[in-house]
Formats: sequence, C-alpha cells, structure tokens
Amino acid sequence: MILRVIMAAYESVIKAIGLDNWCAEPDENAPMSMAQFLARNGNGNPDNSDPILPFPSLDTLHEVCSSIPQTRDLTAWVEDSFLSIKDGLKLVLDPLTQPLSWMLDSALYVFTTVPWWILIPLLVLLTWCVTRRRGVTIFVAAVFIFFGVIDHLEVALQTLAIIFVCTGLSVLLGVPIGIMMSRSDRMQRLTVPVLDLLQTLPSFVYLIPLIFLFSVTESKLYGIAIILYAIVPIIRLTDLGIRLVDRDVIEAADAFGMNARQKLLGVELPLALPNIMAGVNQTIMMSLAMVVIASLVSAPGLGVLVLRGIRNLELGVGIVAGLGIVLLAVVLDRSSKAALSRLHAHKPNQ
Amino acid sequence: MSDPKIRIRNLYKIFGARAGKYLPHVLSGMGKSELLESHGHALGLNNINIDMQAGEISVIMGLSGSGKSTLIRHINRLIEPTSGEILLDGQDIMRFSQADLLQTRQKSMSMVFQNFALLPHRTVLQNVSMGLKVQGVTKEIREHEGRKWLLRVGLKGHESQYPNQLSGGMQQRVGIARALTSNSDILLMDEAFSALDPLIRTDMQDLLLELQTELHKTIVFITHDLDEALKLADHLVILKDGAVVQQGKPQHILLNPSDPYIEEFIADINRARVLRVRSIMRHSNLGNEYSGTIDPEANLEQVIGMAQGDMSARFEVIENNQRIGEVDVALLMDALVPYRPDTAKR
Ligand SMILES: Nc1ncnc2c1ncn2[C@@H]1O[C@H](COP(=O)(O)OP(=O)(O)OP(=O)(O)O)[C@@H](O)[C@H]1O
Ligand SMILES: [Mg+2]
Repeated sequence: MILRVIMAAYESVIKAIGLDNWCAEPDENAPMSMAQFLARNGNGNPDNSDPILPFPSLDTLHEVCSSIPQTRDLTAWVEDSFLSIKDGLKLVLDPLTQPLSWMLDSALYVFTTVPWWILIPLLVLLTWCVTRRRGVTIFVAAVFIFFGVIDHLEVALQTLAIIFVCTGLSVLLGVPIGIMMSRSDRMQRLTVPVLDLLQTLPSFVYLIPLIFLFSVTESKLYGIAIILYAIVPIIRLTDLGIRLVDRDVIEAADAFGMNARQKLLGVELPLALPNIMAGVNQTIMMSLAMVVIASLVSAPGLGVLVLRGIRNLELGVGIVAGLGIVLLAVVLDRSSKAALSRLHAHKPNQ
Repeated sequence: MSDPKIRIRNLYKIFGARAGKYLPHVLSGMGKSELLESHGHALGLNNINIDMQAGEISVIMGLSGSGKSTLIRHINRLIEPTSGEILLDGQDIMRFSQADLLQTRQKSMSMVFQNFALLPHRTVLQNVSMGLKVQGVTKEIREHEGRKWLLRVGLKGHESQYPNQLSGGMQQRVGIARALTSNSDILLMDEAFSALDPLIRTDMQDLLLELQTELHKTIVFITHDLDEALKLADHLVILKDGAVVQQGKPQHILLNPSDPYIEEFIADINRARVLRVRSIMRHSNLGNEYSGTIDPEANLEQVIGMAQGDMSARFEVIENNQRIGEVDVALLMDALVPYRPDTAKR
C-alpha cells in the first residue's frame, strides 16, 4: 500500500519536471532487474517483502518510467562496448603479444624436457653466481632435492619457468617505463594512478577481459595477467631509485659535460641499482602470487594442484602444493635478497 | 689590461615559475625581500657585472643566501639566467647550442664542489679520470693523466680505493684532481674548502696557491670566509642579496670599504697580517734616514717586527733594486685601525 504511494510520488516528480512525454510505454522485452538477476543465480533473497521505501535506483525508476535505463542495461552496455572494440583490440594485441606465448611455451618446454641431472645443477650454479653465498646455494639445492623426492619437481619447475619469463619481461619493460617516469613529473602523474589501479584491482578482475580477448589455451593469457600484476613494483622502484640519486652527483655529471645517455648509464642507473634490485625482488614475489591464480586460466605448475585441492576437496594435495609454493617463495626471496645485498656492500677488493 | 676571460654583463636571475613577468619590477628597482613578499618569487641575482681575468683567482664572497652558488652555476649554465650575458673569451654562452655547451663544459671548465660530489660507485682513479672519459679519451691515456694529478695532490697509492674510504680532506683532493685532470683552463670552485676543518683547509689553500703558480688557471672561487678570500683573491667580489656591493683588489677593499655592510665584514680581520706594505706605502719622500729596507709584499706584522718598538722607525720600500716608496710606523698605525662608521663621521 505504502509502496504504491511512494511509486506515485516518484511518478509525480517525473511529471513535475516535465519528463512524462519522454517516458515510453513499458517494453515487454526489457532485461530483468538487478534483484531478479541476483535471485536467479540463487543468492540474494527473492523479493517477496517489498521494502518500505525503495531507493530511487535505476531499476525502481524504470518501473515508473520505462525510458529510464535499468542497471542491467549498464552491465550490458559495458559488455557490448567491450565486445565492439574487442576485434580491433585483438587485431593489435594478438601479434604484439604472440612472442610472449612462444617464450612461455619454450621456457616450459626447456624446464620440463632437460633432464633433471643437468637442469638442477645449472640452477644451483646460477644461484651461486648471483648470490655468492654458500648458505643460500645449499638451501636452494636442498629444496630442489626435496621437490624431487616428493615427486613435485616437474610442477615446481613449470612454475619457476613461468616466473623467470614473466619477471624477465617485467624488468625489460618496467625499467624503461620507470626511467621515463623519473624524467618527467607529468609522466609520473599520469602513470601513478594506472599503477595504483593495477595493484588494487582484485587479481581475478583483470582475468575477465583477458579471457574474452585471448583463447584460454594460449599461454600468453596468463603471461599478460602475471606481468600486469608484477610489473608495478619494478616501475615504482626504478622511478624512485633514480629520483633519489644525490642531486650533487648529478650536478657534477652535468658540470663535466655528460650527455643524457652517459648520465643515465654511468651515474643514475648504477646509483639507483639497489632500489631497482629491491623492485626485482618484489616483482618476483608478486609473479609467484599471481601464478597460482593464473592456474584458473590454464597456467601449469604448483597452482594447478592447489586448485585441484579446492575443487575436489583433496586436502592433502592442496596443502602439500601450497607448502611447495611457500618453499619456492623462500628460495626466490633469499636468492634475490642475497644478490641485492651484494650490491649494497662496496667491496674495496674488487 | 687584456680582454677578460669571463665577462658577466647585466646578469639577472629570478627564481619562480613566472620570472620573466617580474623582471621589469626588478629592473625598476624592486628589492629581494619586496619581490618575495608581494610576488612570491626569489631574486637570485640582481644586475651582476664582473670581469674575470685569465690566470687570476676571482673570489666571490658573501653570506649564506647571497647568491654565490647561483652566480657560479651561471658560468657553466647549470642555471639559466633570466636576463643578461655571460661572455667566455668574448663569446656569449647563452647563444651556444646544446652540443657547444657540452663541449665547453668538457673542455673549457671544470668544477669542484662543497660536498665533493664524487661518484660513490667508482674508484678514486675512475673518479679522477671521469672528465676525460666523458670526452672519449682512451683508458690508457686518461688513467695516466689521472695518476699524474693524483700524485700531484698527494694521493698516490689511493687509486683503487672508493671515495667513502677516504677522509673529507682526501676526498676534496680527489675533487681537485678530477677538475685538473680534465685539463680545462677555467676552474669553478663552489665553497670547495668550507666542509673541511681549519688545518686541512689551510693545507688545501696552500696547495691551490702552489698549483696556481705553475698552472695559471682562471679560477672562480666561492667562499663565505673573509680570511680565505683575502688569502686567495686577486680580484674580490662581495655579494649581498644577489647584488655586487663592491669589487676590486682585496687590499683596496680593506682600506676603502664602500659600504657599512663591508665595514662590518672586515671589522674582525687581523689587518696586520692581511695588509701589505705596497697598499699603504707613501710614494713621496719625508726624509732619507731609514732604519732599513723592506719588500712591498711584506705584511704589516713583519714591519712591526722590524721596528722593534721604535715608534719613529721608517723603512724604504725596495722592489727590483728600485726605491718605490717608504713606510713609517705612523702610517702603519693608521692602516691598522679599521674604518668604522663612527670614526668616519668625525
Ligand atoms: N632553485 C631555487 N628556487 C628558488 N629560490 C632559489 C633556488 N636556488 C636558490 N634560490 C634562492 O636564491 C638565493 C641565493 O641562493 P644561493 O644558493 O646562490 O646562495 P649561496 O650564497 O650559495 O648560499 P650558501 O652560502 O648557503 O651556499 C637564496 O635566497 C635562495 O633562496
Ligand atoms: Mg652555496
């Protein structure tokens, strides 16, 4: 009864501002309201109890005046406009990102076909080369042996392969972007909101448009998702690192007539290197976080096992794989931190 | 006098986003504090005109904030002027292209900084040869040159150390060696010795004077310390609030301060040690009984020592075996009393 009155009130408001001519007759084919949409999916209570005072939302006003769009029109509009630019976007992005698929596929191929007795010593040697720490190297070797013993070596190596490729590309793209940001305040003002967005968007959300753009069977789909997520810290820290370089030293470089390139390569980047390496460390950790979520869109590796644990309620499988990811995280964190601290210490004997 | 090496003409610098708009205000006489209060722009330099001769040490002195650093950075255009000319060997560096400017900075002038500004990730030798590296000189030659100058400033054996392993005084020696290695004829020194303790500082001043006797560079030296200025300067420029208050030979400024600001500055100086016979001697002849002869470069302390308490002592000033004047104790006493505002009134 009261509802009638309220709706009548909304109607008279519309009349009062002279919109009643514009309101068309109700359309039988209109999409359902948001409430109906939620009810159909089984969550949200079917509305048998009308609220006393319905919020003048799009759906409510639509009942009074059918020319006012419904909320579902909005989501449909987003969908339509995305679909309408999709083909054009795909035409540009597809060839542009194709190398990413090749890289991921070949890295996965290498990491899964090279025999373990070559690959593991190589990886341990790599650890030694970047860290020069006996402790870290032994730990890394032990972790690989452990993975081998519990038959998780292959999946762990798949995860590692994806991380290597994605981190490498993030650095390759992120450092130049960071340098450009440090050069111009305007560029920084434009870039920071984008970085904030990438960092705060729930990671599932940017899988959605990617699924529309690329087929789920292509590895670049998860590659892009991981890079978008992991590239943020390396950009931020490159920018910060260069901006933090001592003004006096830059001035000296200018006073001795260095050109922009000499200054960048000889002064700014070397002095920003500790910060950049801290960015690399964070980028690695973030790609590891994302590679698990990327299993939803066919990324191989430990994440697949975690997902299986959730989907099939296979508790043990999920937890062991989860702990495996933790181990991998510790390995990567320790190695990159050790490499970082090697930069911090100025070694007079070198 | 020959053409000056560096000539600064009508140089103005206003800091702020709309400097050009306020230039007419300054040209028509608005001062530093007024500009800052009513328009929020800082007046860095106000109508600077200085000639710096080749082979001389020009010292620019002033209190903190008087615009010394701003001025020296105009000479190599690390700061762009709002208006005015900077002539280098008669050429206006404001007309230089970017490439010319880089060439000039590489080959014609080098700079020594108050905070040393060495590259922390490079060894001492790499730092010293940095200027030559920028010019594209081969490693062999530049390291040879670098070692030579390191030896000259007394840092042999420290070549492969890093700057943070050296003391402040040693780091500034590296800074000086770096400036000398690039083999430019102009040396810009912004408070190069201000961060050093007094003893090291005296050492470094002596080192600079010693190097200068062989190298004859054109040196622009900035300091806020009058003793240092008087010790080093061939030409002294005193800045206040971005404007030149007085410039000229340091002895001349000491004896004829043109402004109360300068009188205040020079009030506490040990005049006996700074003033030289040449600046106070009398050219005329009051008699020919002399207690002895003296060099025109001797300072008044030496004269007092030679007089041995005899108030009527009189000395003949001899240069190159020629009599050029005479000096007596009365003249000396007169010169020792600073020219104070209150005595000036009487
Ligand atoms: N980038 C700038 N923006 C605005 N004002 C500036 C800037 N640089 C210098 N100034 C102003 O110009 C004036 C002169 O500064 P400058 O650094 O040349 O002084 P200084 O004589 O070198 O002092 P110090 O002995 O402390 O080094 C100061 O009042 C300062 O506020
Ligand atoms: Mg200064």
